[in-house]
Amino acid sequence: MTAPSHSFGLGLRKPHYADFLESRVAVDFVEVISENFMVDGGKPRQILREVRERYPVALHGVSMSIGSADGLDGVYLARLRALVDEIEPLFVSDHLSWSRIEGFNSHDLLPLPYTKEALDLVCANIARAQDALGRDMLIENPSTYIDFPGAEMTEWQFIAAMCARTGCGLLLDVNNVFVSATNHGFDPIAYLNGIPADRVRQIHLAGHSQGTALLIDTHDQSVPRSVWDLYAHMLPRLGLVATMIERDDAIPPLHELLAELATARVIGAQTSKAAA
Amino acid sequence: MTLLAMQRDMRAWLTTESEAAAAALGADASPGLRIHLNNYRAQLIACLTESFERTHDWIGGAAFEAAAATHIDRVPPSAWTLDAYPRDFPATLSALYSGDPEVAELAWLECALGDAFVAPDVATVTPADITAIDWDNAVLSFSPALDLGALTSNAPAIWSALSEGAVPPAAECLPEPGAMLVWRYGQQSRFRAIDQIEMQALLHARSGMPFAGLCEQLVASLGEAEGVARAGAYLGQWIADGLIAGASD
Repeated sequence: MTAPSHSFGLGLRKPHYADFLESRVAVDFVEVISENFMVDGGKPRQILREVRERYPVALHGVSMSIGSADGLDGVYLARLRALVDEIEPLFVSDHLSWSRIEGFNSHDLLPLPYTKEALDLVCANIARAQDALGRDMLIENPSTYIDFPGAEMTEWQFIAAMCARTGCGLLLDVNNVFVSATNHGFDPIAYLNGIPADRVRQIHLAGHSQGTALLIDTHDQSVPRSVWDLYAHMLPRLGLVATMIERDDAIPPLHELLAELATARVIGAQTSKAAA
Repeated sequence: MTLLAMQRDMRAWLTTESEAAAAALGADASPGLRIHLNNYRAQLIACLTESFERTHDWIGGAAFEAAAATHIDRVPPSAWTLDAYPRDFPATLSALYSGDPEVAELAWLECALGDAFVAPDVATVTPADITAIDWDNAVLSFSPALDLGALTSNAPAIWSALSEGAVPPAAECLPEPGAMLVWRYGQQSRFRAIDQIEMQALLHARSGMPFAGLCEQLVASLGEAEGVARAGAYLGQWIADGLIAGASD
């Protein structure tokens, strides 16, 4: 009998649809952007159904706007619920951020101040979303570029409280931890040690770019050494997690992403061996 | 500052680059605000560029970017999905290119093709279904992918040439205004230019006029032989195109 093990997947992007549908790609799961498939019908839904017949699928959203001060969009939640019911995903996730306020939608993952007011609001919105979806969500830590005056806690304290109050899980984006730590001058190890490790269900590994003054979460580069090191540090503290390479721009040939995933598998195997 | 006030300031920064709003978000926030402003505008420009490839090719990259920038200032996004953002761009182009109607019509066509691509899946009536329908009382229902747009130029011919990598024809005005009919057949978006008579017939049929009433209207305007022939031809074409989702009495 084989012991349960970590799983390894990729973010499925359009240039690789044919690869995944015409052959069996060596991944344990794929993750898709929920909104790309929250359409009424047509080819996108057909492709997702075909992908789902071949691979477990995680749904990763970018538009729930869990931090909106004026609450969540009921139409959005209903559409996501319909997709969840059809796809029966491994996970449903979105970001600790906001994008919509009073009829304006930025389509960018905007930062939240880490205050008690924001914590109350985020927890209420997550509770509503989990009710609407009929399941627990995973919330992803963001890359941030702004330190708001008046913060009452660190991001990891905010996340720990959020998990405790809502029961949600975590999608830990290791690159985002590195980007935010560099931009704000905190210790990424303190961050990783501060989040509730037992709530981490999924991990994103990605790359970033150097902007004029700050690191930018571009997700258009291969995973850098700094992110691999943090991943290797964190993995032994976690239970079984689903790790994936997330590339959102400058999508390379599939074999390059699979080579990165092989590196993650090696680190995962070393972790399992050390624990045995 | 409350969370709501902060989010309103962020909206003001992104949509108007309000320095007062930026200052309210923190003395050290400027580099981060610049990143978010760039993300916001770059994402919307990319959305418009991807949605209007032919329009981009027709007016040229610099003119398209200027039009997109004008549109972003004029129409901040409101929907949860970026798929909705292109829908108002033809109106912006119509205002910017009021003397060149083919520009906005080309953009409308591209937008409608995109919307049809993800319209709801429905089964459509086939020629084999025709004999089971009581045509004296039948009211047609149409595919939700169907859309109709005003046409005064040769925008469809320009679209086709650009799509094939051919040299597009010069812009021309039609002798008589017509319409563009857009729908999805299987998984492919399609279009064709139609004249005023077919457009009116489609509008009547979509609004619930029984097919027999449609025939009477065509006979009244075209005469007995031509009206009956035209009604039959339209019905055959609509069925062949996959436009008709059902016929009820």
